[in-house]
Amino acid sequence: MNSPTPDEAPPLLQARGLTYLRNDEPIFGPLSFRLYAGDVVLMEGDNGSGKTTLLKVLSGLLEPSAGTVLLNGEPLTLARLSHQVSLLGHLLGIKGDLSPLQNLRFAIGLGGLRPGITPHQALKSVGLEGYEDVPVRQLSAGQKKRVALARLLLVPAALWLLDEPYANLDRDGIALVNRLLELHALRGGAALITSHGAYAYTSGTPRRIDLRDTAVEQAA
Amino acid sequence: MSYGSSASACRALLVRDFSLVWRRRGDALNPVLFAVMVVMLFPFALGPEAAVLARISAGTVLVALLLAGLLSLDALFRSDLEDGSLEQLVLSPHPLPLLLACKILVHWLTTALPLIVAAPVLGELLYLPRDVLPVMMAALALSTPLLSLIGAVCVALTVGMRRSGMLLALLVLPLYVPVLIFAAGACNAAQQGLPVLAPLLWLGAALALALVLAPLACAAALRISLS
Repeated sequence: MNSPTPDEAPPLLQARGLTYLRNDEPIFGPLSFRLYAGDVVLMEGDNGSGKTTLLKVLSGLLEPSAGTVLLNGEPLTLARLSHQVSLLGHLLGIKGDLSPLQNLRFAIGLGGLRPGITPHQALKSVGLEGYEDVPVRQLSAGQKKRVALARLLLVPAALWLLDEPYANLDRDGIALVNRLLELHALRGGAALITSHGAYAYTSGTPRRIDLRDTAVEQAA
Repeated sequence: MSYGSSASACRALLVRDFSLVWRRRGDALNPVLFAVMVVMLFPFALGPEAAVLARISAGTVLVALLLAGLLSLDALFRSDLEDGSLEQLVLSPHPLPLLLACKILVHWLTTALPLIVAAPVLGELLYLPRDVLPVMMAALALSTPLLSLIGAVCVALTVGMRRSGMLLALLVLPLYVPVLIFAAGACNAAQQGLPVLAPLLWLGAALALALVLAPLACAAALRISLS
């Protein structure tokens, strides 16, 4: 791992003693880790081990029961959400009644546009050329996922939080996700991916966080 | 990098919500159809006597519009919750109350405005006195946005629950009653030749308050619903 030492620059994302309780039942934690620019981290855990909840806490959707999330060294709170984070959850956030192009235009309006790329180019690079104006409702589950991946390409967020990005995708789609992650890491972004272990990031060896032994401090 | 301003975020949201309504423009007419049906049924039930109908006309139109608005209320955040758009909205760095105000505006323009446009026709069906019509229109113009804003807060509170329809109605109705009382009060006063300004001003004051506070309450309620 070619991460700089903590003294040089604050990590892109830092979790400190992160714990989440639901009805006093611990869902995960305490969990501490750091993500630097260029890191792709695979988070493993069984079904129900709290992967999705962790991503929601890291994105700012849920308030942690204890601990803090630091983004570039500054605490992340509901009142101070950031352009830096892009979450791709189980629910893709895509309108079935609208076309991929309309969906992407909305995402750009909401999250901004990365320079040097257009919605058409993004759709082409996720393999949806020719589907620009088809209502998303008529696309397959994998194609919908690809629309959501195109959104990641367009929006200038440095930190990607991807919940099971490989689900519903064919072999080409899995290769596509890996390619996007590689590109994102090269550009100085970081990504945290959850997986129940069926697929893995193949380019290089990603760092892993295992939610099963969360009591262990996992520093970068 | 261009992160985009809050203004462009609002514009994108308005464009998206209008396109969504346009894609389902048939559904958007449901509330109007419902209001027309309710109003048309009254003469059948009460008899076609002009004096009786004129007495109840304004109140009937107000109640029909209120109930028609209630029909479409539940859909305000439902589809956004189900497809994850709401999460993206909450996670966006733009002020959530502002974005929600845009959503409520689209909701009002697409559900309440057609009802207001239809209201003179509905009034005519019930022999609404001509000189009461302007007062009723003013009352509607002030009360329907107020109903949309109050309703949005209640929807935001219940959207996380399954089958929240009944609960929503229970939450919303007590809050709708004062609005109805002032709107109907203005119409009754007009019918009896009394001054109508006071109830209309009360509605205006409540609307001004709701315009500022409801989006904030709505944002807070949505965050609770999503957690």
